Amino acid sequence: MHVDLYERIWMWGAGAIVVFFLGAIGFATVIQGRVPPSHVELLDPRGVFTDPRFSEPGVTTNPDGSVEVNLVAQIWIFRPNEIRVPAGRPVTFRMTSPDVIHGFQIVGTNSNTMVVPGYVSQFTTTFDTPGEYLIVCNEYCGTNHHTMAATLIVEEGT
Amino acid sequence: MILNRRLATANIGVAIGAFGVATFMALMQALSRANLDLPWRSAQMYYLSVTGHGVLMALVFTTFFIMGMGVAFTTRALERPLRLPALAWAGFWLATIGTVAAAWAILWGKASVLYTFYPPMQAHPAFYIGLTLVVVGSWLWCVSTIVTYLAWRRDNPGKVVPLAVHGILATIVVWLLATVGVASEMLFQLIPWSLGLKETVDPLLARMLFWYFGHPLVYFWLIPAYVAWYTIAPREAGGKLFSDPLARMVFALFIILSAPVGFHHQFMDPGIASGWKMLHTFTTFGILFPSFVTAFTVTASFEVAGRMKGATGLFDWIKQLPWGNPMVSAVLLSMILFAIGGIGGSINAALGMNAVVHNTAWIQGHFHLTVGTATALTFMGVAYWLVPKLVGRDLELGLLAKVQPYIWFIGMFLFSISNHATGLMGMPRRVYDAAYGGSAVAAQWQGLTLVSAVGGLLLFVSASFFLMVMLGTVLAGRRAEQPVIQFAEPLEGAPTRMLIFDRIWVWVVVAVVLVALAYAYPLADHLRMDAFGSPGFKPF
Repeated sequence: MHVDLYERIWMWGAGAIVVFFLGAIGFATVIQGRVPPSHVELLDPRGVFTDPRFSEPGVTTNPDGSVEVNLVAQIWIFRPNEIRVPAGRPVTFRMTSPDVIHGFQIVGTNSNTMVVPGYVSQFTTTFDTPGEYLIVCNEYCGTNHHTMAATLIVEEGT
Repeated sequence: MILNRRLATANIGVAIGAFGVATFMALMQALSRANLDLPWRSAQMYYLSVTGHGVLMALVFTTFFIMGMGVAFTTRALERPLRLPALAWAGFWLATIGTVAAAWAILWGKASVLYTFYPPMQAHPAFYIGLTLVVVGSWLWCVSTIVTYLAWRRDNPGKVVPLAVHGILATIVVWLLATVGVASEMLFQLIPWSLGLKETVDPLLARMLFWYFGHPLVYFWLIPAYVAWYTIAPREAGGKLFSDPLARMVFALFIILSAPVGFHHQFMDPGIASGWKMLHTFTTFGILFPSFVTAFTVTASFEVAGRMKGATGLFDWIKQLPWGNPMVSAVLLSMILFAIGGIGGSINAALGMNAVVHNTAWIQGHFHLTVGTATALTFMGVAYWLVPKLVGRDLELGLLAKVQPYIWFIGMFLFSISNHATGLMGMPRRVYDAAYGGSAVAAQWQGLTLVSAVGGLLLFVSASFFLMVMLGTVLAGRRAEQPVIQFAEPLEGAPTRMLIFDRIWVWVVVAVVLVALAYAYPLADHLRMDAFGSPGFKPF
């Protein structure tokens, strides 16, 4: 099969770009451990409010100083609606849905996860900049989807 | 002369009709972005309209157009009518009835579940059954085309299959492989569940099946556009195809790499281990390669065209191209925007960076460059060239056709770039109103959402021009003998020897093996997990 010289060069270049991209992603994933929220944990969506894991949504501080936020995303609200966490300390978000699929996104950060009924979404992040953040639902969940939001307040570290 | 002319015309007719309805919905959505107080503007109407626009554009317009184009190209390239034409007609009618059923459910407000229809949001059964009929109808077209090809192969042993048919066959293989996923989701989950025969469904399993279908779906849209870029555009521009064997390699690579990539739509999902997401990242990046090759080959073919017209120097050939021929300009402008779309796509597919853009306005900015331009604008270009041949009339309102691709280009540029930008700023996609109760962060998106509304208006103008040209041609075009379909000749002459890329069966086998590697284990693992099901909700 004859391939023009310039096209041959182009194809090697394209191959190199693909390999370079994958190398960069591999480095970020394997060496730096940057993986998207991929937690596997089940929960009956019809029993969210009686399940001890989510019966009292809110912020708790563990003895080691790390912070855990338990959230319920349900049709058109987040529970709790206002979340206060300290800056500079690892915060683990855990959430689920008792109804349809929702999204959880903290605007201006890379905190982003799907919230799927029947499953617990979990990720850990650290906020360096104190301030007020907007949390939005980014997966369509019905007529008032665009009103589903909450506030995150990152407080100066104590 | 086009064999099975009526079948091809009927398919393209439904495609353009669906495009027309979806266009008006898009206008309403664009104006919603500008936050104008319009009559009937309500959140309910907005989400209904987003559902209708997505289903009619992405599923109905594309599928019918591809079937019509496939019939015209296959019968011309193989110089024989379709085998089992009654089956292909049955497919057309099934798909049409399905479209009407789904459209009814959407327009009557019983299926505002968007075109991704994720359960446990539950639509009217007519929506799921209608969409399933569209898919089943398309399968009948696939069977008829494959049988036609096999008959040709029997009569022409050892002959190299025409490139256009090679591309259409690749389209069909990708489609058949992909639709197994959505058909399973519909038949085993959504239809029985919406009819009340099944109490609950597992929403994550549904997402896995949907995205197993949903990504190869984009290659089902793209490969026929590439077929037009490779086999029609070079000739229309006055040149030749730069490399025939590489085009065949591209189609073969699409067959094997289209399907094992779906998890890159689920990077942010719980319940799927990150290792599987990583594997799908690798295959997803593999699929960049055939598009890189296409960019070179098609551009080089245009350069050949310019030089055959006497261009000299490095860039003079660009000026020599027939920019006033809407078929050619549609392809050229599609390619430019698709280059940006490709770069955006590689960002979406990067495991870590996806977290920044997932479900933001960036995503709608992205796919309006790919399916909304590379595919849709190319199809409009193909329609300017093909519809006169189908109806035996000259193209009417030629001036509108001439400017239409340019208006689309500008409109889409504004729409898409502003959506990419607001997406990076954190604005979610698919929201009726992005004010968030006067939030200061959300207020920063406002100027750019206006730009996207202006882009949307220009797109509406462009789409209207297209529809006027089509209607004008069909109703009032001068009846005249039309030139037959002529495919671009390869620069090095017609291929005489079959290459490995022509052995479609080999690639089908490799594709099935890759799908098994990418999906069998995670799917089995998931089913073993005994997940909880969800009952249906109708919050619309």
